[in-house]
Amino acid sequence: MEQAVIHTNALKREFRMGGQSVRALKGVDVTINRGEFVTIMGSSGSGKSTLLNILGCLDQASEGLYELDGTEVKGLSRNQLARIRNTKIGFIFQSYNLLPRTSALENVELPLMYNSKISPKERKERAIAALTRVGLAGRLDHTPSQLSGGQQQRVAIARSLVNQPVILLADEATGNLDTRTSYEVMQLFQELNDNGMTIAFVTHEPDIARFSKRTIVLKDGKAVKDEPVLNRLIANEELAKLPIAD
Amino acid sequence: MNSINLLKIAFNAIRLNRGRAFLTMLGIIIGVAAVIAMLAIGEGSKESIRNNISSMGANMLTIRPGAGMMGGVRQGPGDMQSLTMDDYETIRDKAQLVAHVSPMVNGSGQAIHGSNNWPTSIYGVSPEYLDIKVWGLKEGSMFTEREIRSNAKVAVLGQTVVDNLFPDGSSPLGKIIRFNSIPFKVVGVLEEKGESTFGQDQDDIIMAPYTAVQKRILAMSHLQSITASALSEGQAEAAVEEISNILRQNHKLGAGEEDDFNVFSQEELISTFSSTSEMLTILLVAIASISLVVGGIGIMNIMYVSVKERTREIGLRMAVGARGNDILMQFLIEAVLISITGGLVGVFIGLAATRLVSEFAGWPTSVTLYSIVLSFIVCTITGIFFGWYPARKASVLDPITALRYE
Repeated sequence: MEQAVIHTNALKREFRMGGQSVRALKGVDVTINRGEFVTIMGSSGSGKSTLLNILGCLDQASEGLYELDGTEVKGLSRNQLARIRNTKIGFIFQSYNLLPRTSALENVELPLMYNSKISPKERKERAIAALTRVGLAGRLDHTPSQLSGGQQQRVAIARSLVNQPVILLADEATGNLDTRTSYEVMQLFQELNDNGMTIAFVTHEPDIARFSKRTIVLKDGKAVKDEPVLNRLIANEELAKLPIAD
Repeated sequence: MNSINLLKIAFNAIRLNRGRAFLTMLGIIIGVAAVIAMLAIGEGSKESIRNNISSMGANMLTIRPGAGMMGGVRQGPGDMQSLTMDDYETIRDKAQLVAHVSPMVNGSGQAIHGSNNWPTSIYGVSPEYLDIKVWGLKEGSMFTEREIRSNAKVAVLGQTVVDNLFPDGSSPLGKIIRFNSIPFKVVGVLEEKGESTFGQDQDDIIMAPYTAVQKRILAMSHLQSITASALSEGQAEAAVEEISNILRQNHKLGAGEEDDFNVFSQEELISTFSSTSEMLTILLVAIASISLVVGGIGIMNIMYVSVKERTREIGLRMAVGARGNDILMQFLIEAVLISITGGLVGVFIGLAATRLVSEFAGWPTSVTLYSIVLSFIVCTITGIFFGWYPARKASVLDPITALRYE
């Protein structure tokens, strides 16, 4: 049987806010297998960001089971969670979160800086490889301010790839980008997925969701829909249909 | 996470915020420079006070015959003849804490040269007397041990005596003067010393070999007093003790018997000196601590703002695997790097400022190694101490909150 990268069972998360408890997740069961490309959708307040934070080991569930790559995550210390984030997870944010005035290469090297097992030489090689993979081999020394939004997001994707994670978690990764650039990013995701990378992608844009293979819809802290994408869009084709920019 | 990576991260962070890091450093730079300069000026004035006080002969000891009994009648100290050449020789040969010692006999009378005459005192001493009084010669030379042994009638004159016996300004060297009709050949002139603390003209003096004064002028074989100097001001009291023991032994005084002599030290001068330097030290340390604390608070301020401003960056670092401890170390190293760099620059500016002060203001300065080492250590501690709070604050941030921070 294929090992699930992510497996949750009755995952619950409660926040305490001024004496009142807010139940952001009310029992979510999600299993994501190796090589899947899943979109998590939902309106704001549906709990999709909370779920992504828990899946990304940035947050801990109040109740329920969460196994990442066969490891039970519940009850781990802050340091152990940091270690998991460092070695197993690649994060991509809506606002890129690149270090300003720092070259693309150094930005991509960042996660490996926190892994003492990796030598400076290997760190650089892997960062260059990751940047090459996202098509930015020629811009190693560019700082974020010298790059377009799409390029910045590519640097962020390279950064998420550099530690060879078991899963990429993207939080509204196309939220700040125009249609063409969004499609280009989705093209990159599809390409990575075709090469075996597991991806979980949070968005509220239905057309972006159609690039993935499976959609999970959250509503009020529960998964209300979990189904394969039927007429999947292929980014290459969609890009070709777009009017050529002048 | 190894320390080289941490250093690199902290160094990059400083490089990215060069302007701000420099402004932060400014506090430390000024603080350290001020401390170095202050300490240098303070040490300089301390040294010049020390020199002034030792030129007053702060380590000088005077031994006089004490009040004694003669057939049940107490005698005035001056009348006693209990100090002998033997006492002088024993002190000279045996006392460990005594640097110089000189016998002393004096008398007053009229000095005459040609048609000029002047009432003055003659001091019969040994050449070491000049070392004890920290006194130099303006011209000529001091008489020698050989001249002492031969009871030579040679003399060294004080400036007041020269002015009165040689009003035409001619050099007295080689001339013969008479003191109480005994002829003395002038071999040297003393440097001008001015008035003593008690308003006495110290230049109104003639010095001659004590043997000559004893025999030719006073016709006595005992000594009126013995003048000595301790190895240092600090050892003066111990030297007093040592001399007392030697003299008690020499005079064969039993355990219950009173001293038949007195040994005086310049206690007042010494205590003035030590209280002055103590006060200076306290003052300097106070100034030093204030300026460094101010610099440290500057670091804390900037690091605190820096943590706030870079909250998202901290969140991101945590998201890609930085542990709380890594973040703590990063900010701590940043703070320490800033303060050490500031400290280094401060040392150089402080040295330069010290140079300027002594060059243009003409103040005595003295840069000590300990002031540099001290301010450097304090700097580092300041960095750690004031960097800790903001660094700690950064390290306990919740990654999600930090990432969302606007």
